[in-house]
Amino acid sequence: MADPRVIVVGAGPAGIRAAAALVEAGLVPTVIDEASRSGGQIYRRQPENFTRSYEQLYGTEARKARALHTCFDALRHRIDYRPETLAWAVKDGRLHVQSGMTAEALPYDALVLAPGATDRMMPIPGWTRPGCYSLGASQIALKAQACAIGEKVVFMGTGPLLYLVACQYMKAGNAPVAVLDTTPFHRQLRGLALMAARPGQLVKGARLIAALRAGGVRVVRGITPREVTGGEAGVTGVRYADAAGRTFHVECTAVGIGFHLRAESQLADLAGCVFAFDPAVRQWLPAIDAMGRSSVANVYLAGDGVRVLGADGAETSGKLAAQAVLADLGRPQPEDRTRRLLRDMERHVRFARGVARAFPWPHDKVAAIPDETLVCRCEAITAGELRAAVTALEAPEVNRAKAFSRVGMGRCQGRFCGLASQEIVAAACRLPVEKAGRLRGQAPVKPLPIAVTDGGSHA
Amino acid sequence: MQARFRRLAEKERRAVVLTVDGEAVRALEGDVLLTALMLSRGFARMSEFGDGPRAGFCMMGACQDCWVWTGAGERLRACSTSVAEGMDIRTHVPEGIWPIPA
Repeated sequence: MADPRVIVVGAGPAGIRAAAALVEAGLVPTVIDEASRSGGQIYRRQPENFTRSYEQLYGTEARKARALHTCFDALRHRIDYRPETLAWAVKDGRLHVQSGMTAEALPYDALVLAPGATDRMMPIPGWTRPGCYSLGASQIALKAQACAIGEKVVFMGTGPLLYLVACQYMKAGNAPVAVLDTTPFHRQLRGLALMAARPGQLVKGARLIAALRAGGVRVVRGITPREVTGGEAGVTGVRYADAAGRTFHVECTAVGIGFHLRAESQLADLAGCVFAFDPAVRQWLPAIDAMGRSSVANVYLAGDGVRVLGADGAETSGKLAAQAVLADLGRPQPEDRTRRLLRDMERHVRFARGVARAFPWPHDKVAAIPDETLVCRCEAITAGELRAAVTALEAPEVNRAKAFSRVGMGRCQGRFCGLASQEIVAAACRLPVEKAGRLRGQAPVKPLPIAVTDGGSHA
Repeated sequence: MQARFRRLAEKERRAVVLTVDGEAVRALEGDVLLTALMLSRGFARMSEFGDGPRAGFCMMGACQDCWVWTGAGERLRACSTSVAEGMDIRTHVPEGIWPIPA
């Protein structure tokens, strides 16, 4: 086949490594990225007029960040690079994109989706107050803007990012007031055997927690979030219960919240990929083979957008997806290289299983949030209204409950309420979460300006 | 309202002045609008559903909770739009603009 059209969505660790492998094989892939600069979120680049070093920005991961950025900079003029471009739908073998006020439908022979992840969120009373951000946002404020989200910060939730962001704030001279983890310590130990698949990462994680303790940061495990307190002007504190049920209030001016990550799987959904429920992370994820092939013949999935493995796993999965693309286009790849990547991948998957076990999504706490909690930030809809869609209107599953309540239908398209709403609806239906339906993706996956015009497709 | 973000480094950048709801706000080149807003007035917008001010949430263009408008009615995501000299930013949808450009 002459010059196959390959599109890569996302210019983070997975997308960059996929694009690099395709270029190495002599192709000129199109790379669509919503950001203005490549790198994705974890290796996000600071604005060009900022001067902090790689070591300051990325700590122990500085070498990897530099390698990835250097890799992309070498590619930039050998690909059809489209920054500040949103991929908003996949339909009839075309990827629909928008940039500025122009929309286009791009045909492809192979599509590699590497759209990344966002924070998985548990709705907490008061989480819409000014000063309350996701953990991802807390990290972006620091890395990309050299700002803390507040002077006195509490980080709450669970997962590796909780400790990483807390440490990064401490190193930047804005040590958090407290780190509140919903996972009890004994539970965290349960992930150790699997996490030993990557001893280096495990040691780095242990060092983060030790550094926080040494820096005098209060770390409390096994908590239940009760409320982000404050008024019209914003956050004034966090109320939580400890493992024994005693309630405490910590004063602060900002809160960063997150419960590990969720895959941005909407485009895979729109492409028609088959999904399967993964009980380890309690998420519906697109099914893939070991190389990243989805159930749709020319759609390949890589990085945290298909399953959360972290940045190193994303790089490996990007390389593998590119190998699959090339093999399927009739350009077989060296077998030893594929075997090596597959072996790497096994370690990443094993480690990620350990992380999921060590920092579980507190689904029982999510299902039990008080009725007055806003679940939907976009349209200010409460848990009570969502439950009423099941109890009063007899919605038998999440999509019907969404239609009745509009939870998941707002401008974030369920990114921040979807997983919580599945737990709440399942509990109200008295069903296991995997029996309560899967929230379907809708186009556009993000809002488009109404004045967008058709820039013509390459039909 | 009050400043909520705290600048920790990168303070030696060129100053930029924009207006927010008619008031001058000083920012630095490379700041995104949300940073400028959170270092000055401490919120980005009012919820259309009457539950008070909002100040963004994800800072990565996913939550759509930091929408602001220009005086001409263009809708912007404050977390992913850089500041520029003379920008005219509104935290409410400007009235009387038709057709709505965004």
